[in-house]
Amino acid sequence: MSKTIFEYSVKGRRGVTLPAREIDTPLESLIPAENLRQKKARLPEVSELDVMRHYIALSHKNHFIEKGLYPLGSCTMKYNPKLHESLIRHSGFNNLHPYQPEGTLQGSLEILYELQSALAEISGMSQVTLQPVAGAQGEFTGIKIVAAYHKAKGNQHKTRIIIPDSAHGTNPATCSLVGYEVVELKSDARGRCDIQHLKSLVDDRTAGFMLTNPNTLGLFEDQIEEIASIIHAVDGLIYMDGANLNAIMGIVQPGKIGFDVMHFNLHKTFTTPHGGGGPGSGPVGVVEKLVPYLPVPLVAKGGDGYFLDYAHAASSIGKVHSFYGNFAVNLRAYVYIKMLGPQGIRRVSENAVINANYLKALLKDYYHIQYPEHCMHEFVADGQWQKKEFGISTLDIAKRLLDKGFHAPTIYFPLIVPEALMVEPTETESKESLDSFADAMIGIARECRENPELLHEAPLTTPVRRVDDVRAVKVLDPLFPLPD
Amino acid sequence: MPYISNTDAERREMLGRIGVSSFEELIASIPEKLRLKQPLALDEPLSELEITRLINERVSGNFCAQSANSFLGAGVYDHFIPAAVDTIVSRPEFFTAYTPYQAEVSQGTLQFIYEYQTMICELTGMEIANASMYDGASAIAEAILMAARKNKLLKAILPATLHPEYVKVISIYTEGIGVELLTCPAKDGVLDIAALRGMMDESVGSVVVQTPNFYGNIEPVQALDGIVHSNPKCLLIAAVDPISLAILTPPAVYGADIAVGEGQALGNSMYMGGPLFGFFATKLDMARMMPGRIVGGTLDKEGKRAYALTLQAREQHIRRAKATSNICSNQSLCTLAATVYLSLMGRECLVEAATQSAQKAHYLASELAKVPGCGLAYPSAPFFKEFVLKTKLPAERIISEMLDQSIYPGVDLQRFGHQNELLIAVTEKKTKARIDEFVAAMRELNHE
Repeated sequence: MSKTIFEYSVKGRRGVTLPAREIDTPLESLIPAENLRQKKARLPEVSELDVMRHYIALSHKNHFIEKGLYPLGSCTMKYNPKLHESLIRHSGFNNLHPYQPEGTLQGSLEILYELQSALAEISGMSQVTLQPVAGAQGEFTGIKIVAAYHKAKGNQHKTRIIIPDSAHGTNPATCSLVGYEVVELKSDARGRCDIQHLKSLVDDRTAGFMLTNPNTLGLFEDQIEEIASIIHAVDGLIYMDGANLNAIMGIVQPGKIGFDVMHFNLHKTFTTPHGGGGPGSGPVGVVEKLVPYLPVPLVAKGGDGYFLDYAHAASSIGKVHSFYGNFAVNLRAYVYIKMLGPQGIRRVSENAVINANYLKALLKDYYHIQYPEHCMHEFVADGQWQKKEFGISTLDIAKRLLDKGFHAPTIYFPLIVPEALMVEPTETESKESLDSFADAMIGIARECRENPELLHEAPLTTPVRRVDDVRAVKVLDPLFPLPD
Repeated sequence: MPYISNTDAERREMLGRIGVSSFEELIASIPEKLRLKQPLALDEPLSELEITRLINERVSGNFCAQSANSFLGAGVYDHFIPAAVDTIVSRPEFFTAYTPYQAEVSQGTLQFIYEYQTMICELTGMEIANASMYDGASAIAEAILMAARKNKLLKAILPATLHPEYVKVISIYTEGIGVELLTCPAKDGVLDIAALRGMMDESVGSVVVQTPNFYGNIEPVQALDGIVHSNPKCLLIAAVDPISLAILTPPAVYGADIAVGEGQALGNSMYMGGPLFGFFATKLDMARMMPGRIVGGTLDKEGKRAYALTLQAREQHIRRAKATSNICSNQSLCTLAATVYLSLMGRECLVEAATQSAQKAHYLASELAKVPGCGLAYPSAPFFKEFVLKTKLPAERIISEMLDQSIYPGVDLQRFGHQNELLIAVTEKKTKARIDEFVAAMRELNHE
């Protein structure tokens, strides 16, 4: 059991020193007594070495991409090039203040301008905003744009958004947040949108349709043209959840095949690190008719250089972030795109697709696969056999994988596949690493038959054994009890 | 450089194992006519050496706050960051990990979030904190939404002294569920308590206060509990500067139900305004209504202490359309920086940073007030590290003249509708010499 940082605290110990006071007016003479804190915050009193040892020890308890395969379906855990990190830490970037005169921000604005343009080209959209700071905030921005479009057109009767049952949970949550009623669309036997069902759902109330393409089963929604004509016929807009863009870059441009608005997950597709849950960046691209609704400011280029453009403020949805989005994340994506070039971008998608299909081919005789056709960059296997034959759940399989040095795939998602194991190897994995992951999965399939008890017990070799999630809810313990 | 391991020969071998003869066969499900016929119109790829050169060229187009003598704040602050923060944050073990969905191999991330939650609760005096929001603005917006979920009252009062950019973000977030936003006017740079009292009734679901406020002034927070809770259902939301909490009264003490704020100043670089992170803390009885992720302590199957994401039933991946929020990614790495920062600064040094910031800001304010043509815009309001200077010359002119001397004298409040006013921030990083330089430049400019 490792201590918390608070337990290393020793009265009088220091982690840093600050310069001596050059101006030493008593605080009591500057700020009224009633506003001054009576009792100091009980932060730890520790040395720098205490801090380093503690957090390095904690770091050893994590799985991370450089340690081993991280095949979290739909989360896209690819390798993050180290060059990005040395470049973004330049003091010419990390010390910039958002309210500096624009003339002193030209380098950064040029980068943002070029990134906007590159993402517009990759997506086939007319214009891109870099302001949203996460995929879900991108969704929110995109759906607000849909709402603004309908408001401008007097489409007050449009109150519903249709979302497939295979969609990410953020999609329905986003629509509710914007104020839309969510209507769920069934998937058909091929794992695509059920067109007949779609037709029965679409009416005058339909404001839009939110689709992930390729979808969360790893399948390309090949009826997109028909879907677009159905939705557009009632003046609905089609939103593309861009979480899976890394399967189609350089092959398909969403803006050219019927989608009106989409978000990018720069932290997935464009190799910015996930940081244990963020920061991310979720730029949004739109077709021409939706450009007036984009958040302000955009970055534009004029006679005197680059500037923050508020020209369309009157029609804009407003702002979703205090300033201009996550510059440091956007910069990493910029470097990545510059290094890939057009061929490299396509090659990323090709290898993501090849790696996923290769892994699927290695596993298909050992795990049930509900949609066996060729997949895009990810596929959904499941533990239905194992559950039925041996009483082994997908959770058991996932935990056993941790023992073998791999992170588990996404489990129990998408919701429409029982005991789902959603696998996304990504393009940065080599054939050998896919082979060894397949060996581990096949080994587990064998263990289900030979030693099912072992799987119920797993994991055995991780820093802690199976964690009691139920207790974490029942006995809520959200903070360390500090001694006075 | 596409960062791909597989060679062409390996690709062929893998395609063979899959049972296709070409990549095109693999993507047969994409209708031919939907496919791009030509390569993307992007620049040709650069090598590591070339992109490094390009980025250095771009950097030379910037002039950063480190080289300049900057007094810019207004939500993003240049506080001191100990070197060890970046050493920890850059560790791939933290940097390239994902959201801790598999707790057994994510104890490092889960435990630092638990420590972070504890520190935020300690600073604010609240009972539970989440693992972070996108920024201070979205944190306030989510707080208003949470209040509306709790008391079903769709009216929120925002102070006229709230950061104007936050107001824009809040309005876009709260519009969808029909929250009506009212503005409580300001008087002498702080919110008008009498006006707030007049606006309160049983239909008000939440009242927001930002302290120190956008103008740097400390709000009369002692009066708020009685006024806001005159409607017992109404929640008081305090948006606070976390550095200030080392020396200023914590929100729980003056009756806040939710404490939120911008956390960037805690160990995170400015990066032109992003990444930022929002902190969010409240009382235990609202735990199930909170947005975002929460880490809880628990046990593993051998009874050992362990950590896990908890109360996930509130979240979008389970409750979908009924979730408390759509937030999925948060700003975890920024909170790691904050956790390490707060550990290093500790009980005493955070107080020292806050104290020196206040002392230096007050020194600058009093020196500038002596310059002919200058005066404090709100001489009666107490402030922490930021204040508004009223000037005879247009702020725009002061900014452009001082640029030649590499001084960023503050934020021109013209963009927020205030003529001839500069919002000036000082942190502990400023030396007396640099402050005096600014005063001298101001004096010279006003003597012309």
